[in-house]
Amino acid sequence: MKQKKKKILQGGRGRCGCVSSCRETRCSVRMFSVLKERVGQILLPGDEFCCGPQDTLPLTDSGKPERLVAGPGLRLSGDRLLVSRSGVLRHKEPNKFWIESQQRRYVPAKGETVIGVVTAKAGDVFKVDFGGSEPASLSYLAFDGATKRNRPNVQVGDLVFAQFIVANKDMEPELVCIDGSGRANGMGVFGAGGLLIKVSLGLVRRLLVPNSELRADLQQLFPCELVVGMNGRVWVRAGTVQQTLILANLLQSCDTMTAPQRQQLFRNVWTRLHGAGLTEDPKDQLVLCGGPEPMDFLVFV
Amino acid sequence: MTSFACDKHRFHLESGVMEVSPSTVSLIREFGCEQTLLSRPDGSASFVQGDTSVMAGVYGPAEVKVSKEIYDRATLEVLVHPKVGLPGVRERSQEQCLRETCEASLLLSLHPRSSLTLILQVLHDDGSLLSCCLNAACMALMDAGLSMGRLFCGVTCAISTDGEIITDPTAAQEKESRALMTFAIDSKERRVMMSSTKGSFSVHELQQCIAVSQKASEKIFQFYRDSVRRRYSKNL
Repeated sequence: MKQKKKKILQGGRGRCGCVSSCRETRCSVRMFSVLKERVGQILLPGDEFCCGPQDTLPLTDSGKPERLVAGPGLRLSGDRLLVSRSGVLRHKEPNKFWIESQQRRYVPAKGETVIGVVTAKAGDVFKVDFGGSEPASLSYLAFDGATKRNRPNVQVGDLVFAQFIVANKDMEPELVCIDGSGRANGMGVFGAGGLLIKVSLGLVRRLLVPNSELRADLQQLFPCELVVGMNGRVWVRAGTVQQTLILANLLQSCDTMTAPQRQQLFRNVWTRLHGAGLTEDPKDQLVLCGGPEPMDFLVFV
Repeated sequence: MTSFACDKHRFHLESGVMEVSPSTVSLIREFGCEQTLLSRPDGSASFVQGDTSVMAGVYGPAEVKVSKEIYDRATLEVLVHPKVGLPGVRERSQEQCLRETCEASLLLSLHPRSSLTLILQVLHDDGSLLSCCLNAACMALMDAGLSMGRLFCGVTCAISTDGEIITDPTAAQEKESRALMTFAIDSKERRVMMSSTKGSFSVHELQQCIAVSQKASEKIFQFYRDSVRRRYSKNL
């Protein structure tokens, strides 16, 4: 699935291989190690890392500069790397760095999947509200199996799970509900039932990381379906309305809890449900879509 | 709620000395802050300095009215609501001071054709209101996750009739003072980003006040760091 998804985006991909364009630079070996040292620490706007010619290279190290990819929250200004957001410094091998922060407002990035609400039909495009600064456009042809004759059945007010194909500060964002090979691949209009809730963007990322603890905890409750949009919208559906509501409330309260607090709460809920005979055997569990990593990297070569 | 306790301290002016003596360390009233306390805004914070308390909320980057749209950067709107009554001339001037400081520290060009709204609600005014507003604004902007080039903080200094500098004065101290000045200090080079003054003072006194404010700002920036660290400690 991941492979297919990438195809669609190959056009503007940076050299570093991450989806969408990346901000890439060369930096000294020393700066790289300084950055690595501070991974997991909390940084504030205005903090900076120097990587200028004033850096003296140790004799023992190879003098080869390393490539560095700066993601959200890190900006390059001349030969310095500036922190522009408060949060935790994260690192992904071999050379990606970004700041993970707790935001609520979504800023679109190419390649990210979001849950949007269709707000208007305008000729051959739908306007979709995804919680950003302007509505995105979604062509009626950008659905699985749609042709000029065979229009998709999308009404105003419908929820769609779609992917950004254009997300750029100077242009109107554009969504599609198909991947590079023209398949729906999990995207499209939502069916009946389920509940849409809003959570912080940090929680969304915690839900989507591979082997997420939060997801493992949720899995122990009851079978459910979860669609997670990177814009902080989560669509939940469980066996009954009651279970759906329990799940929605749990997710929203997870935001401000530590792992032990959360597990305690989940245990309490589970025992109560069990007492009330509301649980079934958790079988095939969570259906998840979307990718955990930030996509809005930009490249400088 | 994190708080930072320090005793109030007064600076005595000695002619010809620009440096703040190292023995005079603590100079601001007890202060505290809480982030993400409101559920609706994208970022929120409340800041308390002694009995002065301000709550701030940030919305954005959001849709902007066509009349206020700027093609290459975000439009920043600052609204100050007084404790009672409608905003007047005093609030307008505070809004302008705040807006210009925020504009200087935010990277507005990253969100062209969008709007940022910063709303400050005064909960209680016991002196140093503008500096408290500045601190609350900075915390709220940080909480909203907006890109900033640097942080800022506000420090108010009062010069009493006998030439004594009082940092972070109470309302009573402000009333007795000969001059009152508020500075916004940036976190990188400790430079003055904004100044708002009232009353008469000499150049030397101004410089002395700036030096005092810069020293006081260190404490506030350290507090910012501690309070953000505490906030993120839950999901490290």
